[in-house]
Amino acid sequence: MASLDDLKKRILSVKSTQKITKAMKMVAAAKLKRAQENAEKGRPYSEKMNNIILNLSSGISDKENAPKLLAGTGNDKVHLCVVLTSDRGLCGGFNSNIIKKAKAYFSKITSEGKNLKIITVGSKGYDQLKRQYNDKIVNKISFKESKNINFFDAEKVSKIIIESFQKNEFDVCIIFYNKFKNVITQIPQAQQIIPLKSSETGDENEKDNYEFEPEEDEILGNLLPKNISTQIFKAMLENSASEQGSRMSAMDNATRNAGEMVDKLTIQYNRSRQAAITKELIEIISGAESL
Amino acid sequence: MSEEFKLEIVNPEKSFLSKEDVTEVLVPAYEGDMGILKDHISIISFLKPGILKVFSKNGEDKYYVEDGIIEFKDNILSILTSSIFNVDKIDRSYLSQSLSDTEKLLSKEDLDDQNRFLISQKIDVLKSITSN
Repeated sequence: MASLDDLKKRILSVKSTQKITKAMKMVAAAKLKRAQENAEKGRPYSEKMNNIILNLSSGISDKENAPKLLAGTGNDKVHLCVVLTSDRGLCGGFNSNIIKKAKAYFSKITSEGKNLKIITVGSKGYDQLKRQYNDKIVNKISFKESKNINFFDAEKVSKIIIESFQKNEFDVCIIFYNKFKNVITQIPQAQQIIPLKSSETGDENEKDNYEFEPEEDEILGNLLPKNISTQIFKAMLENSASEQGSRMSAMDNATRNAGEMVDKLTIQYNRSRQAAITKELIEIISGAESL
Repeated sequence: MSEEFKLEIVNPEKSFLSKEDVTEVLVPAYEGDMGILKDHISIISFLKPGILKVFSKNGEDKYYVEDGIIEFKDNILSILTSSIFNVDKIDRSYLSQSLSDTEKLLSKEDLDDQNRFLISQKIDVLKSITSN
């Protein structure tokens, strides 16, 4: 049995761990609020953008000559997967959930004999994927320096994607991120951004007669790269809200577990203290009796 | 009959401006400046760097935009842009920084005509704001 001193030390150390997790929970809660607000504020932009693209693509007459970003290259051979994760750990299953989802997809497409390319955004995703897929990772991006999520970062990512698309380095692009549902639930998502999913463009019940200036093709050509930035930005916002939510619940759990541990250790400490006293008493009494 | 319509300017990060009582908006559209009044035909176009003017009963607001998309439909004018600044409140140091950056861009060799046009346009606008 551990000595009294050891138990005392352990209780103290668990207590200070609890303090840390508690503080982290508070910080995450504060950040979550901000991240959630940001995600909500960013929604109108991506919704409007989506609407405009819907209207445009339904209005386009010549599907054959539609820009490649919309229609695809016609091939389905090389898949580029962009995995968005966080730069920091201690956030529960947040990163591993995305990675799990991504890995399932990776093994699916490799078993179909297609080529795989990976871009990781956020250092945690790279750390988890480099062991298994190191030769597939073509680029890793991390935004550790930028404190807040901003549109420029999203534009950087989309620039890399678009440039490599123009060099015909891949046919399909998919982004993986966590969608924020609430503090406890974050749903890992796989979203195809190149070519734009036809299920999303199939909504033809309201066709508006727009005037376009310049021509549709030109607008689309300009808009689609922007849309990619927007989608990535949206994913980053959702991701950061999810990260904070996930960290908050993880730290909440940790605090509770630490509390349970302190209780258990305290009982153990009291018992062994009592046992030591009883033992001493017995020794004294039996010593006195023998006289 | 009222001659007012709704204007929404949206940034990727947030909603920049929302106004219900706009009478006219002058946008620097890609193929030339465009004035938009109530009951304009539905239109989609994009912006080049320039000054966006918003007229309402209480006067006139000026914004500097670098790029963006506009959509007018059912008397709602939506402007999506990633860079927009109120001309009166704009940061001078940002302006001069942006100006020198763009001038550097222009001196590069491998520009196509379209980009060259956009960049020189931007420089003109930036200069005109700074000189005011």
